[in-house]
Amino acid sequence: MSTLTIDKAGPRRKVKYGSMSRDRAWALRWSYFFLTVFAIFSLTPPLYMLITSLKSSAEISAATNPWWVYHPTLENYIQLLTSNQFLRFFWNSAWVSIIVVTITMLISVPAAFALARMKFWGSATLATGVFLTYLIPDSLLFIPLFKTFALIGDWTGIQLINRWYVLLFIYPTLTVPFCTWIMIGYFASIPKELDEAAIIDGASWFQTLTRIFIPVALPGLIAATIFAFTVSWAQFLYPMVFTTSTDQLVLPVGIITTLIKGDVFNWGQIMTGALLGAAPPLIIYAFLMDYYIAGLTAGATKG
Amino acid sequence: MAEVSLRKVVKRYDEVEAVRGIDLDIADHEFVVLVGPSGCGKSTTLRMIAGLEDISDGDITIGGDIVNDVPPKDRDIAMVFQNYALYPHMTVAENMSFGLRLKHYPKAEIKSRVAEAARMLDITDLIDRKPKQLSGGQRQRVAMGRAIVRNPKVFLFDEPLSNLDAKLRVQMRIEIKKVHQKVRTTTVYVTHDQVEAMTLADRVVVMNHGRIEQIGTPNELYHKPATRFVASFIGSPAMNFVPCRLEDVGGRLHLRLTDRLAFPMPPVRAARYQAVPRTDKLLLGIRPEHIIEARQHLAPGVEPFDTVLDVTEPMGMETLVYFTLEGSQVCGRVNPNAGAQDGAPLRLAVDLNNMHLLNEVTGVVL
Repeated sequence: MSTLTIDKAGPRRKVKYGSMSRDRAWALRWSYFFLTVFAIFSLTPPLYMLITSLKSSAEISAATNPWWVYHPTLENYIQLLTSNQFLRFFWNSAWVSIIVVTITMLISVPAAFALARMKFWGSATLATGVFLTYLIPDSLLFIPLFKTFALIGDWTGIQLINRWYVLLFIYPTLTVPFCTWIMIGYFASIPKELDEAAIIDGASWFQTLTRIFIPVALPGLIAATIFAFTVSWAQFLYPMVFTTSTDQLVLPVGIITTLIKGDVFNWGQIMTGALLGAAPPLIIYAFLMDYYIAGLTAGATKG
Repeated sequence: MAEVSLRKVVKRYDEVEAVRGIDLDIADHEFVVLVGPSGCGKSTTLRMIAGLEDISDGDITIGGDIVNDVPPKDRDIAMVFQNYALYPHMTVAENMSFGLRLKHYPKAEIKSRVAEAARMLDITDLIDRKPKQLSGGQRQRVAMGRAIVRNPKVFLFDEPLSNLDAKLRVQMRIEIKKVHQKVRTTTVYVTHDQVEAMTLADRVVVMNHGRIEQIGTPNELYHKPATRFVASFIGSPAMNFVPCRLEDVGGRLHLRLTDRLAFPMPPVRAARYQAVPRTDKLLLGIRPEHIIEARQHLAPGVEPFDTVLDVTEPMGMETLVYFTLEGSQVCGRVNPNAGAQDGAPLRLAVDLNNMHLLNEVTGVVL
């Protein structure tokens, strides 16, 4: 009789160590791949703009490699930055944006506070209504708005059309609803007990807003500010429709109306103007990016 | 400091009555705890005293003045919330001084008041920190500090210890008691934890379904509960309830629990229950500490009986024993050396001198 030996350990299986980290490595590779694709896709146009802005008109129309600058020149920049017209566009844009941001914040922060915290008749419906107004496309609104401003001009003699400050009345219709909506979400995420504590401590509604809610919701406030600024800075359709004289134009409209003469495209200056125009929002984003992301997500998840 | 009175106070939310006509008088310097299960109206009552909820009916007075329509800030009260409600962007000192700064107190006085409160609560080292740098217990201290610096007429506490872990809760409980002994401000404290209520209160108000079930000192509630709800809510483990009826055997009043189990009533109790109709469905209410192991010589009124234990829970200083009587689970507390074991028979004794007799239908303690 043969003796049977049993391997007590059983069949050995190869243990796969580090399979978790291998998964993670692949996830990382894929995310880098798509990030690269996305980065190339979105950064190519600005790069092309930069290259073109450094060329002379002669080089742009010459049949050389469009992705290379053979004779770099700052001529376009010098011409634009010394042209009163371009600086005028720039200042118009800056004034409009700064004033619109101020108006927007002055309206939407108290509005959001009221809608989020003071429970009054119809407050919930009103909050939804505010959001719905944001969904109306501006291409639908500009004709009735034009008509309205024309009528106001006829009745009162106050000329608003073809004045840069007409934009101060129009842009808030876009920025106020969205900013109010962001701030409602952000204020709603602040615990109820915080305002109750403030009220018992003797704060009025206004003091509760200014001394508790605004400081606590600062990231949301900054997000809303950036949004309002971006919208007013980049708006194209409304200024195109409502302003026509060159001294009343804002940057996006000014560039295309003055640098495209008939069928002659001054590409070098167009690209330079667009790059310079994109700079202010870029700088603001770069400094406040962290706040912006924190603001948008915190309001969204906690509300 | 002041007394607080509630007269027939009602709170209605549309169709629901959260608080149904409460009468309560809180004396100056008194520490009163409102206790009850969730949804009993205790928090709503507190919030009405604070002015955070409108009063649907009735009157609330603080220091003799009716405050029904007085806004919270003019009621001279301070409130401590369950989630602390500290202002996250302010330091501890700024949190504590916020109310005083709004009222434009002189800077020197604000500083000295904050320093004194911080010293009392042992948070002087934390005065420049932000709330997120503090532990739960420290935050609760700051919240109390914010109340103390205002030197209000009334302190209101809304479940202040519920967010703390068990050990810290015991510690803060003692802390709150110490603070009250020092400042002596009239205090209304809401909790669902009966141990907190018993340990902190001068008087406890037990609430249920928007009504007050009973008001009394912790000892009164424990030893002389007015209703079945109070009897079962106060004390841990809870009071046992066993269906029973009264009968006369040989001219003496007996308490019959089962066909085979009946005890003669101690003379004092017999006199008290003599008038109860013999046909009424009754409940014997007996606390676990009055069911003990049977000894050689039993005191008068302590009656022995045999039972088989279901489960035992050794607690160290005592052993909790569970057995079934007439379909009801009954808990007793025996000496750890009494030999109680799961599933084993044990001779126990019930101390009928401390029994309660309840009407099963109305829940009233007779």
